[in-house]
Amino acid sequence: MGSDRLLTITDLRAGWQRPVIGPLSLALERGEVVGLWGANGSGKSTLLAAVADGARIFAGRIERAPGLTLAVQPQAPVRLPRLPVTGRELLRAAGADAHGLPDRLVSALDRRIDRFSGGQYQLLCVWAALRGNADLVLLDEPTNNLDPAHEALLADMLSRDAADRGVLVVSHERPFLERTCGRILEVDR
Amino acid sequence: METLLDPLFRIPLAAGLLLALVLPLLGAALMLRDEWLAALGLAHMAAAGALAGLAAGAPAVAGGLAAALGGGAAKGLLKVRGNIAYAFMILGGWSALLLIAANTGVGDALGRALIEGQLYFAGPVDLAAALLLALVAAAALPRLLPRLLRARLFPQHETANRLPAWRWHLGFDLLAAAGIAAATATLGLMGAFALVLVPAWCAFRLAPGWRWALLLAALTGAGAYLAAFALALRLDQPFAPVLVAILLVAAAATPLSGLRR
Repeated sequence: MGSDRLLTITDLRAGWQRPVIGPLSLALERGEVVGLWGANGSGKSTLLAAVADGARIFAGRIERAPGLTLAVQPQAPVRLPRLPVTGRELLRAAGADAHGLPDRLVSALDRRIDRFSGGQYQLLCVWAALRGNADLVLLDEPTNNLDPAHEALLADMLSRDAADRGVLVVSHERPFLERTCGRILEVDR
Repeated sequence: METLLDPLFRIPLAAGLLLALVLPLLGAALMLRDEWLAALGLAHMAAAGALAGLAAGAPAVAGGLAAALGGGAAKGLLKVRGNIAYAFMILGGWSALLLIAANTGVGDALGRALIEGQLYFAGPVDLAAALLLALVAAAALPRLLPRLLRARLFPQHETANRLPAWRWHLGFDLLAAAGIAAATATLGLMGAFALVLVPAWCAFRLAPGWRWALLLAALTGAGAYLAAFALALRLDQPFAPVLVAILLVAAAATPLSGLRR
């Protein structure tokens, strides 16, 4: 594995009770934003889960760079109906800083997260994943709940300090991936 | 105030106050993990263990600790999360408690004492247990709570980074079990349960953030405890029911919707 290679996936077949994706190969370097695009049920999220040790590997292998740290942002971030945690405390829990956070979120940072709008919360969680200390960030449908203005902020977040990490983005929104990713891998069963 | 400072009651007062400060913090973490039923499950295990210990000639707090720690360790090692494990502990502890009470020399009276609490009879052993618990909690919670918070908000983080998360989850399970066992032996089964549940419940609705929630929970627990201690003595009432009643009043005074946006 090269010095900037974060992840190498070789002939992977992964799933839960049975394989739902693959065989698939992929390499990801530091500084890259790679999009995974495909129809619903094509196994995009399963691929992310396999990289994060969540799904079962039936064949092939996933090699991580030694000491690789990961941040995972699932399709639906955990959101408890009542939780006395502020946005700032959520960032601290994720090991992320608030420096450079979009103004829309800065003004809400000291509010409880159970009082954030869906879009604000989604964006804050993506920021937490991107601005933590992870080498590789896995984002699953990060545009969920986002209006066009928030989506533009998300695109800006992805481009900021991009050289420090690698990002694997799953989305069914092809235009968003084309705008934010260096390359796009089409996933099909 | 005179009642609170009476030398006769200093040991019980101090032992209970330490527990009343620590239990709400454990309660906040249990509520964070959606495991608030833990208090009742572990308290039942502790009560049954305490009674079994007494029947065998050991101090109540020792038997209670052993049983609750056993329950907490089994839950942690079996990786059971959520309230279902504690529901089975309630049933098992309740059954064992009543069967031990009915079939040993310690009898119904001691079983009732564990249910109602025997705070005013707390001695140096109970105070030492409470003090040890408070010291361990003061050392461990600042390390455990941020990890538990991260695990709750970002559940894939530990698995994805291949972290030895079992250490801190089991560590917290054991700390919660020890705290509830010590509290059950002194404050009674329902008193311990109420101190874990109600202050955290109030704090989750009212606090503007996590640190405030912990502070508010501890202050609510300590305040309710001191009020119950004085009131139960003055009115010659059993302690635990008075404590539970005061905590329920505090809960009723908490707006159900919490702070508005």
